Amino acid sequence: MDTALFEFCLRMGDNTLVLGHRVSEWCGHAPVLEEDIALANTALDLIGQTQLWLGLAGEVEGRGRDADALAYRRDAWDFRNVLLTEQPNGDFGQTILRQFLFDAWQSIMLERLKESSDERVKAIAEKASKEVAYHLERSRDTVVGLGDGTAESHARMQAALDKLYPYVGELFGADAVDQEIAERGIAPLPADLRDAYDALLAEVMAEATLTIPDSRWSHSGGRDGSRHSEHLGHILAEMQWLQRAYPDARW
Amino acid sequence: MSKEWPLWEIFIRGQHGMSHRHVGSLHAPDAEMAIKNARDVYTRRNEGVSIWVVEAKHIAASSPSDKGPLYEPSESKVYRHPTFFDIPDDVGAM
Repeated sequence: MDTALFEFCLRMGDNTLVLGHRVSEWCGHAPVLEEDIALANTALDLIGQTQLWLGLAGEVEGRGRDADALAYRRDAWDFRNVLLTEQPNGDFGQTILRQFLFDAWQSIMLERLKESSDERVKAIAEKASKEVAYHLERSRDTVVGLGDGTAESHARMQAALDKLYPYVGELFGADAVDQEIAERGIAPLPADLRDAYDALLAEVMAEATLTIPDSRWSHSGGRDGSRHSEHLGHILAEMQWLQRAYPDARW
Repeated sequence: MSKEWPLWEIFIRGQHGMSHRHVGSLHAPDAEMAIKNARDVYTRRNEGVSIWVVEAKHIAASSPSDKGPLYEPSESKVYRHPTFFDIPDDVGAM
């Protein structure tokens, strides 16, 4: 089996799966109807991308596991999403800031994946990048609106940035899988995206009148599965219980 | 200043339609967000290729109580419909 490619697909697909589930938790609870529907659309886009990434992971693995089996029958330590995506929603500002931090990374990553040496990866990037371009436009505008908004919205956004910024660094981690994937031209080295990311972040945070924390220290342990936060287990309990209780249930 | 977002009327041109049609309304802080919200609320099932938004307060409307003077006079004027002409067969469907 092509272990590196399998791992790469899990990392991409678990990011969208876990974040998609997180965002879907807002359904019916968002502050206004328009945001409620917009968040649900984003969640559905992310779940749709998950089907593609985990579908490809299952194909690469070649052991008969499809996207559903990978999503619903793995335990927390087998998940490869970055810790950022599993962080709790907090208030609406925190959710939208988390979305922006992820959208910014994903949009840069997908643009690069359009030049992947693997045709299947390229095809997923082509499709997903249009959705993500919209996600980014939306989360960016909302972050700016709230950051440069009232005293209260500004304070909440700054608190969200202080809380979530220490999860950003993990997006640019590098290990043996990343090395191999980059050498084969499937994806860029994550660290190579950092300059573009920092430039975008600096631009938007300036517009939002938010201050990026000085320290670049970062939590890690999500994308290699070694140290997920306790939040992931709770997400999986809710997300997987039906398939665990009634395997292969259909309706 | 009101804390509520203003109301916007949304017009969408469908895939095959020639003109924008009114599809409903929504709230948004500005025109740009109104377009984004319209995209999410009204085009998620592939309904449109173009969106117009107009802040509701800018729409001038006729009054329902004026419907007598405004519309009833035209009810009895069938000659305004172009149905009294013989159309040559060669013209085909018009």
